Amino acid sequence: MAGVKLLGFWASSFAYRVIWTLKLKGINYEYIEEDLRNKSHLLLHHNPVHKKVPVLIHGDKAVAESLVILEYIEETWPENPLLPTDAYERAMARFWINFGESKVECHFFQFFKSAAGEEQEKAIKETVEILKIIEEQSLGDKKFSEEAIGLVDIALGWLAYWFEGQEEAVGTKLLNSTTFPRLHAWIQNFKQVPAIKENLPDRQKLRAHSKRFRRV
Amino acid sequence: MADEIILLDFWPSPFGMRVRVALAEKGLKYEYREEDPRNKNPLLLEMNPPICESMIIVQYIDEVWNKKSPLLPSDPYQRAQARFWADYIDKKLYELGRRIWSTKGEEQETAKNEFIEYLKILEGELGEKPYFGGEKFGFVDVALVTFSTLFYAYESFGNFSIEVECPKLIAWTKRCKEKESVSSSLKDPQKVHGFVIEMRKKLGIE
Repeated sequence: MAGVKLLGFWASSFAYRVIWTLKLKGINYEYIEEDLRNKSHLLLHHNPVHKKVPVLIHGDKAVAESLVILEYIEETWPENPLLPTDAYERAMARFWINFGESKVECHFFQFFKSAAGEEQEKAIKETVEILKIIEEQSLGDKKFSEEAIGLVDIALGWLAYWFEGQEEAVGTKLLNSTTFPRLHAWIQNFKQVPAIKENLPDRQKLRAHSKRFRRV
Repeated sequence: MADEIILLDFWPSPFGMRVRVALAEKGLKYEYREEDPRNKNPLLLEMNPPICESMIIVQYIDEVWNKKSPLLPSDPYQRAQARFWADYIDKKLYELGRRIWSTKGEEQETAKNEFIEYLKILEGELGEKPYFGGEKFGFVDVALVTFSTLFYAYESFGNFSIEVECPKLIAWTKRCKEKESVSSSLKDPQKVHGFVIEMRKKLGIE
């Protein structure tokens, strides 16, 4: 089989989605760190449209956009499936993957970048709404002990590790075992999965990075 | 298949139209129900809780009714390319188009220029192929063709011609509309334009 390369950035939760998926599938790959302030020719060549990481290079084929990459990996290496086999269940999984993704883009990012005051109040309110939807509808009756990790967990994985840093940078704690018990339990479970536990960026480094990013 | 299909939709929605095109491509009968404008997402009910998000619905339809008119290719890399471009259309076009009809002055001008830029990128991706899917109408064609119902509205409020800027893309929309599944699913651009005028009034623009 052709070689696999991953262009990523150490702090990017999007890149980590791909790392976790490759690890869970037992796929060997070469990781290439990108300096986002000085993007490599390789990155610009393989993702001319968005010029972003992650990019998966499989032989001579390049795939961009983390969720597109996840589906590509799932289809190319179908062993250890990460999506349900039933079409309806798969559609529901895609819905929650998409939900998490679109909310990251607008609301959570607003929360992270918001200045104190009215703007932040609004961002916090919207963020809490979304957490509630995930808590009550997505996680619902999920039995952690019975279900194996899948692409929905991977797509929402940023919530399990990156969100904490964002909360700290903003100075407000929204997610804990009292406010969102299911989400909190899911996070603890998620971080125990070996492929995840062994593949997370350094916490302190990430915190410092979040704080720096917010000041920009 | 004996399953009942109901489509909850809102008539001017290009997202709902995508689902209608996909259902028509597969030759499927369904019940169409007009929904309250505040419910923007098309929902597909199949005796189970609903599925939302138009391209997820299109994928579902493609997977369940996989014998006729496949919309996604079978090769994983080509599927990835199709998903990439559908994602691109969703991320870039709709919001910009909205800004073209809902803003004025410099903001509108910027939105219009960016919109044209993205259309040109899509035109580049189409190249000399008859469809984004290659020889056959496919996933990306479904994703983009329904936006063409909004082109007239964008052109009239933005004061530009998409045909002048992207002639190949307009030729492609005409080619798509020769298909029964597309022409029967797309709403009249004049009517959609009328709807946009009403939206502008409601939002207090102009």
